[in-house]
Amino acid sequence: MEAFAALVDAIVYTRSRNGKLALIIAYLRATPDPDRGWALAALTGGLDFPAVKASAIRALMMARIDPVLWQLSRDFVGDTAETASLLWPEPAEKPAPPPTVAEAVGELAAITRSNVAQKLSELFDRLDADGRYALIKLATGAMRIGISARLAKVAFAQAFGVAVELVEEFWHGQTAPYTALFDWAARGAPPPDHGDVPLLRPFMLSHPLEGPAIDAVAADFAAFAAEWKWDGIRVQVVHAGGDTRVFSRGGDDVTAAFPEIAAALDRPMILDGELMVRGSHQGGAEGGAASFNALQQRLGRKTVSAAMLRDYPAFVRLYDVLQVAEEDMRPFAWEQRRARLEEIVPALDGERFDLSGVIAAETLDALAELRSRARDAAIEGVMLKRRDAPYVAGRRTGLWFKWKRDPLTVDCVLMYAQRGSGKRSSFYSDYTFGCWNGDPDAGAELLPVGKAYFGFTDEELKWLDRHVRQHTVARFGPVRETDKSLVLEVAFDSVHASKRHKSGLAMRFPRISRIRADKPAHEADRIETLQAMVRD
Amino acid sequence: MTARWLVPEREGLRVAPAGAWVDPAQPAPLALITHGHADHARGGHGQVFATAETLAIMALRFGHPAARAVPVAYGETVTLPGGVRATFHPAGHVLGSAQILLEHAGERVVVTGDFKRRPDPTCPPFVPVPCDVLITEATFGLPVFRHPPIGGEIARLLAARGAGRCVLVGAYALGKAQRVIAELRRAGYHEPVWLHGALERMCRLYAELGVDLGDVRLVAGVPKGALEGAIVLSPPSALNDRWSRRLPDPVTAMASGWMRVRQRARQRNVDLPLVISDHADWDELTATIAEVNPGETWITHGAEEALLRWCELTQRKARALALVGYDDEDD
Repeated sequence: MEAFAALVDAIVYTRSRNGKLALIIAYLRATPDPDRGWALAALTGGLDFPAVKASAIRALMMARIDPVLWQLSRDFVGDTAETASLLWPEPAEKPAPPPTVAEAVGELAAITRSNVAQKLSELFDRLDADGRYALIKLATGAMRIGISARLAKVAFAQAFGVAVELVEEFWHGQTAPYTALFDWAARGAPPPDHGDVPLLRPFMLSHPLEGPAIDAVAADFAAFAAEWKWDGIRVQVVHAGGDTRVFSRGGDDVTAAFPEIAAALDRPMILDGELMVRGSHQGGAEGGAASFNALQQRLGRKTVSAAMLRDYPAFVRLYDVLQVAEEDMRPFAWEQRRARLEEIVPALDGERFDLSGVIAAETLDALAELRSRARDAAIEGVMLKRRDAPYVAGRRTGLWFKWKRDPLTVDCVLMYAQRGSGKRSSFYSDYTFGCWNGDPDAGAELLPVGKAYFGFTDEELKWLDRHVRQHTVARFGPVRETDKSLVLEVAFDSVHASKRHKSGLAMRFPRISRIRADKPAHEADRIETLQAMVRD
Repeated sequence: MTARWLVPEREGLRVAPAGAWVDPAQPAPLALITHGHADHARGGHGQVFATAETLAIMALRFGHPAARAVPVAYGETVTLPGGVRATFHPAGHVLGSAQILLEHAGERVVVTGDFKRRPDPTCPPFVPVPCDVLITEATFGLPVFRHPPIGGEIARLLAARGAGRCVLVGAYALGKAQRVIAELRRAGYHEPVWLHGALERMCRLYAELGVDLGDVRLVAGVPKGALEGAIVLSPPSALNDRWSRRLPDPVTAMASGWMRVRQRARQRNVDLPLVISDHADWDELTATIAEVNPGETWITHGAEEALLRWCELTQRKARALALVGYDDEDD
């Protein structure tokens, strides 16, 4: 307990994350089992002693100290555990040496409401003030010393030179003092056996597509598959040993909130997908999902009424398969996993599971256009996944990208229009637009800032075509110059400095997001507004 | 009420028949000074009675302590105007610190000034003086304050030295710094102890007054590398100041009774809180009141409320005095 108390104390006075990591690492390496396991459980919030709460500590102190002196002290110190640890009247001689962490945990676990005062005071008598502080923090489950469970796991991984993703994976299903985890990490034993228990596997996560990654992906586009990114909650549905569990991305078990999902999977496998609620916001071919608001009705519930199940039926739109029976699919490339998933889905309960489609696009530009046209409220953007990538835990650079539909916008003035090609050859459908290089009322000019040929509906295209024809001031072959009276709200992913354009700026994936016929041209944005959005 | 001739004013305790003040916060014609800390000893008084050490400390700080400085030895009695007798007794707080026993109209009043009961190699120990009224400080007047034995704190300080790093200890320039050095010496540490410029003069004065601090040197001008593994002392205000950038990767420590409480220590931004105080802790305060067992206890600066409550619980007559200007945030 002294080493643990010293660790807790040192952590309190250490501000840097790395400093805290170093302290925990040193403790985990130096401390024998099972003490270090119990300490780890305390740091990660994995301990609970129902009979030992802050109220029990207070009651214990009240029996020994004047309530006024307690209150004055508590007000000054600001923390019940610390106040109690300092105020405890120490016996002249300790009745026994300080307990080990394991011993203290054993004693605490055996405490009941009727013997809590007696048992706690016996423990307190064996400790000094720092020891009592650590014991109370450990016992009442409120360490609040700036250590997240994640940080403790990172420390564990670094202490023994193992991958934190594996620590996360093996952690689930293990209980304090995590002897099997220490055997694996510190002594090279085989990893803890998952057995026939439905356990979470660490999720594979993505990076946002931005900056240099955009060019890298565009240049190697054939290596990537594109999927819709749905606006639900990412879940993992795990069936093992006859039991099905639904885990959220944060690792929370949300099975109780979505019993119909759990009930619908009855064979051993692990699926990765987006949990959504069916609703009236039908989204055409890709649709069937209600907005996130509908899903909100179902989240965070411990039990679900029949009416909730009827009015907000949940389903999972599947992205991936991690395991089928005994076979771990994660080492396989995305393409192989996808093929396996497509085989599996028809055999599943179609009411609860469907397949998230793969988007056919030849180039990133084409994908950008499809993304901008997606009208389904449940589509949050698109995902880009390397076809040859295995399913790996966490956020690995270059494998998965999310490309959200939450663009920047700027109000521009239509300057030129050009005829389209194919079925649009009769329409002026490619638009060049500009922003003011200063105050338009003081003689500022419009400078072109970009060109867009999608983002509008067929109806809007007709309206724009008519506008161009009626407001033409000059013709240059297939291009018409307009009278620069129409404001267009242009959406784009990013804007960069560019020497190729007179404005000195170039937009990435610009599209027409709204026609602002209501807005006078001189109220459109200025170049400086766009310049402020440059982030490279 | 007892000792009506002693009047607690906002500026300090006024000894009415003598026209004198104890530790006045403003210039007074006649001042009795318990010890040299700035919140008790100020410049500009007419005549000052204090121990020779306290007068030397005041001279160092203010140039001239007073128009007339009268040294009073421990155990010596001086007679003030109005027939008030004042006797100085050791308070154990810092070098030269004294309790002042005032006798008038058949009543004995002891003003402790700041005091502690723990042994301190830099000053003689506190002596309990029987009295009718005990006027005690209460800086650490809360039962959470129990200072641990200093040996353990010094051991933690020595253990904090590491390769390529020094330990920088924030310590009050008068008393605390010298006590920490003396305790290091007692623990067998005889390496040079390095000082911030603000501590140098006081350390030199201590040595002149017979308190051996061993090899102490100024940090100024010393290359960084020479301070690796060393112990450096500075005033608390310099801990997180630009000054500390010249030190090799310092472990920041603070020697203060306030370090007992984690939140206070965190506010100081220290890595190593050392609970070393020159004030009585709760147990010393209550034990001293019980031992002296005065008819009345008057409580001055600090956490008066809890000590008042303790007096009430132990059926002792007590009152709190609202004096201004005493502040020991840095102890």
